Amino acid sequence: MEITFDLNTIWFLLIGALLSGYAILDGFDLGVGMLHLFVKDDKERRIMINSIGPVWDGNEVWLVTGGGALFAAFPDVYATVFSGFYNAIILLLFMLIFRAVAIEFRSKRQMKWWRQMWDVAFNVASFLIALLMGIALANIITGIPIGPEKEFAGKFLSLINPYTVMVGITTVALFMMHGAIYGVMKTEGELQTRLRGWVNNSIIFFVICYVTATMATLIYYPHMVENFRAAPVLFLVALLNMLAIANIPREISRGKELKAFFSSAASIAALLLIFAIGIFPNIVYSNPNSEYSLTIYNAASSDKTLNIMLIIALIGIPFVFAYTITIYWIFRGKVKIDEMSY
Amino acid sequence: MDVEILARLQFAFTIAFHYIYPPLSIGLGVVMVTMEGLYLKTKNPLYEKMTKFWVKVFALTFAIGVATGIVMEFEFGTNWASYSRYVGDVFGSALAAEGIFAFFLESGFLAILVFGWDKVKPPMHFFATLMVSLGAMFSAVWIVVANSWMQTPAGFHIVGEGLNARAEITDFWELVFNPSSVDRLLHVVSGAWLAGAFLVISVAAYYLIKKRHLEFSKSSIKIALVIVCFASLFQLFTGHQSAVGINKNQPAKLAAMEAVFDDQKNAPLYLFGWVNEENQEVNFGIAIPGMLSYLIGGTQEQNVTGLNSIPEDERPPVNIVFQSYHLMVAIGFALIGISLLGIFFWWRGTLFEKKWMLWIFVFSVLGPQIANQVGWITAEVGRQPWIVYGILKTSEGISKAVESGQVLFSLIMFTIIYLFLFILFIYLLNGKIKHGPEDLDKLSSEYEHQKSLFKKA
Repeated sequence: MEITFDLNTIWFLLIGALLSGYAILDGFDLGVGMLHLFVKDDKERRIMINSIGPVWDGNEVWLVTGGGALFAAFPDVYATVFSGFYNAIILLLFMLIFRAVAIEFRSKRQMKWWRQMWDVAFNVASFLIALLMGIALANIITGIPIGPEKEFAGKFLSLINPYTVMVGITTVALFMMHGAIYGVMKTEGELQTRLRGWVNNSIIFFVICYVTATMATLIYYPHMVENFRAAPVLFLVALLNMLAIANIPREISRGKELKAFFSSAASIAALLLIFAIGIFPNIVYSNPNSEYSLTIYNAASSDKTLNIMLIIALIGIPFVFAYTITIYWIFRGKVKIDEMSY
Repeated sequence: MDVEILARLQFAFTIAFHYIYPPLSIGLGVVMVTMEGLYLKTKNPLYEKMTKFWVKVFALTFAIGVATGIVMEFEFGTNWASYSRYVGDVFGSALAAEGIFAFFLESGFLAILVFGWDKVKPPMHFFATLMVSLGAMFSAVWIVVANSWMQTPAGFHIVGEGLNARAEITDFWELVFNPSSVDRLLHVVSGAWLAGAFLVISVAAYYLIKKRHLEFSKSSIKIALVIVCFASLFQLFTGHQSAVGINKNQPAKLAAMEAVFDDQKNAPLYLFGWVNEENQEVNFGIAIPGMLSYLIGGTQEQNVTGLNSIPEDERPPVNIVFQSYHLMVAIGFALIGISLLGIFFWWRGTLFEKKWMLWIFVFSVLGPQIANQVGWITAEVGRQPWIVYGILKTSEGISKAVESGQVLFSLIMFTIIYLFLFILFIYLLNGKIKHGPEDLDKLSSEYEHQKSLFKKA
């Protein structure tokens, strides 16, 4: 495989980076959302929710910006995927709405049923968002039917099959693990001890899912490995991914939660990089009729626009990093509940 | 019903609902910056109490604004895929810029604004408030730039033919500063200031009527009155500028706004009326002769293009544009009246004794909300049948892969969920208002208590 770092490739990587940022950051708050229903009492649930309280909406901005960047850089991909996956995207939007309002509304009233209702909404929404994202990515791996005019030519139900659901569950497991590690970082005492146990269980759950999904990919979708076969050095990414995952239980048992969290973040980034290498230079693989695939070239905006956007990105990215690091630094340490908390 | 009507209904409904919240965020942002700035300067704890109260309301509007805003960004792709392919090269850049320049700023510093009171020093907190407020306005900048490009496209050329035709950027700054963006941006932002500041006035007037939080409320009203007085008068200027621009760039829209059917000099300006589109006449109307020509061109001799000079399939619906436009103008003038009257009574020192004035204040919160909505209806319906004026028809923009059943179902779901959200929003807002600002003594004693705990530890 030959990679030339032209504008289209750079934008393919940049959007991948935005989505990795999203998966790493919103991944842990989705994970916390999936776990918080299973802690002991209302006080513990509040600690869980407030551990992500100041940062969750900033994390979601990575998705919004990723969507905007996809629209601008690869309009055909944005149009084909969003209109083709209509029902799934609408469901995703409803879940994003429920999650946002659930976290904002739940602690506004004391009533037990009120809090229970929003906690369940938050939990289900977090779970479905992770599942839907995984299913969407899986459909990019399997390929979707695309017509000669770049339009989605399949049926909605064909997007859901055992393989795509498997990848969806793997994503759920990954975010659960990531969220549990974050939870250990932000809590103390009895709750922390329990979460530490959950980290170990979720690692086992994730590794089982991951191995199964990988085997299925190798057997049924061998086109994903062509780039790795052409450039064996890329296998290092898969190796690093395994090392990062293996490092998590080690750091947890040594009480180094921050390092465990970074390992987990690294494994998410590596997983998405493996995915990106697998599909390159396609963005949406057309199955059948692979000649209709949307690639980084036939689905892209003009070079002029990609150039302008690159300048915008280069100006914006340092600020984004500065804000993100500042916010996480200010809100470092264990969660304390006060009068402004959720 | 066909996909186009349903997709348009869905977009209109979701954007109208979304647009209740961002203007409140932008407007409350300015109010919070003013209040916290006064606190930093005077160290008067009253201002701190005010800021803290409005931050809580801000957080509520912001959350719903974010949730309903993501819908808008995704809806271009789900329902308007052909439009997205056609304009992505141009329009997408503005959306991406909004994400990277506005949303990160806003949501990042929001964390400090809401949760950071005890984590950072007061000047840093004020800086965060300022950044959130700026972020909200930057977001307006990019969205209005994107929408203005759809009204008065510039800085692009069409590449390809037939199904492969699309717009591509030729000059980014020409796109950003397209002929209508500056006028419309100023109009939109000051409309948002009115929405936020009148909410403050309304709540504070309610407290005064109920004889609660007197000092808090009087001070809040004074701050907000200064803002609305400036913003409502500024609206007159930006509105005028916009109308002059519309005459130049979108004659069909101006003709619909004032129901001008035949080209004419000495064109009248209607105060109100009901347009009979069949007979091409305005019933029950009162108009100032020659005023439209005068306002547009500075002379009654100014020619105004009528709808009959525009091809029949390029004319917007007339009555709905006429009504929404006239309602917006009427409310605009009413808001100027309320602001000036408020300032006058304040100057006379009798503002807080006039019960009737306080009641007007209580209901004034609806004014900017309605005016903002009907203003956008004027802008968007007045652009029809175009989705990008003169370039692409709305009917050509819809998704080809989506069927009417899917859109109908999502429209019904959006309606149910948004109604539910709106009821909850009013319920929780009402709760916050009834609860009122936190008592200062309690706050400071709590603070002292925590400080003593820290010292022990």
